[in-house]
Amino acid sequence: MPLFNDARVRAYLYQAVAIGTVLLVAWVMFSTASANLAKQDIATGFGFLARQAGFVITETAIAYEPTDTIGRAILVGIANTVKVALLAAVFGTVLGLLVGIGRLSHNPVLSRLMLAYVEALRNVPLLLYLLLWYSLIISAFPPVKQAIEMLPGVFLSNSGLVMPALRFESGFAALVAAAIVGGIAAIAVARVLGRRRVATGKEAPIGLYAPLAFLLPLALVALFADIAVSWDVPELGRFRLSGGYHLRPEFVALLLGLTLSVSANVAEIVRAGIQAVSKGQWEAATALGLSRGRTLKLVILPQALRIIIPPLTNTYLTVFKNSSLAIAIGYPDLVMVSNTIMNQTGQAIEAIAIFMGVYLGLSILISLVMNWYNAQVALRER
Amino acid sequence: MTQIDTLIAGATPAAREAPPLPKGRWLGAYFGTPGNALITILCLGTIFALTKLAIGWLFVNATFSGLPADCKATSGACWPFLSAKMRYIFFGFYPFEEQWRPLAAMLLFLGACVVSMVPKVWGRGLLLAWIAIILPVLYVLMAGGYFGLSVVPTTQWGGLPLSFMLSFIGLACALPLGIALALARASSLPAIRILGVGFIEIVRGVPLISILFMATVMLPLFMPDGITIDKLLRAQVAIILFAAAYIAEIVRGGLQAVPKGQVEAGHSLGLHYWQIMRKIVLPQALKKVIPPLVSLFIGFFQDTTLVTIVGLLDFLDTVRTAMRDPEWQGIAVLEGYVFAAVVYFLFSALMGAYSRFLERYFRTTHD
Repeated sequence: MPLFNDARVRAYLYQAVAIGTVLLVAWVMFSTASANLAKQDIATGFGFLARQAGFVITETAIAYEPTDTIGRAILVGIANTVKVALLAAVFGTVLGLLVGIGRLSHNPVLSRLMLAYVEALRNVPLLLYLLLWYSLIISAFPPVKQAIEMLPGVFLSNSGLVMPALRFESGFAALVAAAIVGGIAAIAVARVLGRRRVATGKEAPIGLYAPLAFLLPLALVALFADIAVSWDVPELGRFRLSGGYHLRPEFVALLLGLTLSVSANVAEIVRAGIQAVSKGQWEAATALGLSRGRTLKLVILPQALRIIIPPLTNTYLTVFKNSSLAIAIGYPDLVMVSNTIMNQTGQAIEAIAIFMGVYLGLSILISLVMNWYNAQVALRER
Repeated sequence: MTQIDTLIAGATPAAREAPPLPKGRWLGAYFGTPGNALITILCLGTIFALTKLAIGWLFVNATFSGLPADCKATSGACWPFLSAKMRYIFFGFYPFEEQWRPLAAMLLFLGACVVSMVPKVWGRGLLLAWIAIILPVLYVLMAGGYFGLSVVPTTQWGGLPLSFMLSFIGLACALPLGIALALARASSLPAIRILGVGFIEIVRGVPLISILFMATVMLPLFMPDGITIDKLLRAQVAIILFAAAYIAEIVRGGLQAVPKGQVEAGHSLGLHYWQIMRKIVLPQALKKVIPPLVSLFIGFFQDTTLVTIVGLLDFLDTVRTAMRDPEWQGIAVLEGYVFAAVVYFLFSALMGAYSRFLERYFRTTHD
């Protein structure tokens, strides 16, 4: 038998050819790239990360000054991306859950209105909406010079909403610690009381005790720890407002656009998930005397959740990636910061490699977290 | 299922439908209970407010003719902006006297698409017609150089024809590549599988904008001296690679839905891998994934707007630059976007309806 007719030999041959082709292409690209870079006198390597950035970032989720390093600037970009994507995911999920339930309402007006909402959002590109919201905000409010002073120290203009900010001189860490302790205590109280209700049938006001458990440590810290705060009140200059907390139109437009897009996707996912729960569940719950709202909360949603989680994961991954559209309206996310660095240093390959690596890593992280959560709610079959 | 379940399910089909609406079919649904009545009133109020806002902006406070200065005086929509800029919005910087060509190309393209949407005409003949007749005619119309048509370089292409081209050619080329990737991912050869999985997961893990950046900023660095690739083509390649990874995942779903027995039957008939795939597995798998592929196409049609960011003059970008024209700047701030939104909505909604039609079509005629 000729060697080539042996299936195993052929399998090795195909794989060797595939790997060889990929390596060859990679090598050709690498050598031409390094020749081109040498000719254009562009440095290679990641040394530029330690250099001084020298550019301003308008919105910083973590502390940053233009005198910081380029590496720090990239971290700011990552933090900004995570901030807007996380907020959009949370708000969008809540809104989408409501819209999705509204879609299934027996009230024809409500269900049609929600259908129109979802269709209007899903059939128009997100980028178009971002630009639309942004120019709407910019054109609807007056320029900084004629900023509206809504309350003393609160200014509304086309460069955003500026309001007094609370600055902690000391005691901030103690408050955060108290909030964490309180949160854990509240969850523990709710769990214990919930378990006791299931075991004994005695109703306890969980809605009262759990918030109390959360507030108690905070109150203690507020009373006994040394907390000093000061107000940072914005001042109206001739061309800009300085100081205070600044909510910028770029951030608001991006958050609004992403939130609405998430909500439309979540609404469709929730609707499909609820419809997938068999009708007998509704009937059984009705027969037990549960109202429609309680049926939804106690019987239908926990079952629908199992169907909902995997597509929901995709939605979160999408919103995280879509936050990169920020560059179109000037919100300094990871891509926009990298773009600035690219223009400044000329090191396009490294800059793109960094932000693609970050996106990949965070995508994998989101997938892992959601898969873990999926395993928690999945049906445990015996 | 127990016997009683079967009995109940079989005997009373009506019980499995929605429970009867309370108190009179019509009014009950709208005003049955106080809560329901409140919802109805709130919704009607919202619809009324939105309609009033839209009519006020579009008609009552709008300017219908005149110059930019006339628009400045009113608060509503500025229709003269649209009529003055319409040809630029649709065709970009395409030479003004030659703009009948992109118009003809677009009409031919849309007409061919409508005909191709009918499942009855699908087949080898249709594919050949597209490759041998429609696409060459479209190219000659756009680029010129034959039959006395003047040459128009791709740098002057723009507007809606460009958006159609990027999304349609993107998907048409991505489909075979995506199928190949899906097969690679399902392959029994580990090296091929790893290459396939690696490509698919990396592309799906990063935003489209980063791949577009790579194609426009990074790719020129990888090219040997003297070779420059057209910017439009680079963006097109980026879209193809991006789309291929997503198509591969959808096709993978179709491949997994084909029972294993089909492959085994092919083996026992003595067919080799490619014969089994081409004649047995792929026809079944692809038929299952046609509706999700159409849905994906809607998404990609919308995603092509991202080429705006790397500086291509697609439909969204012509709208944007039209509003930046010094003559209209600060006057037409929303009109262009609203118009573009309507255009995108129409095409996307039509394709969505088509996707639902296909789902019904395949359900009733085959299973």
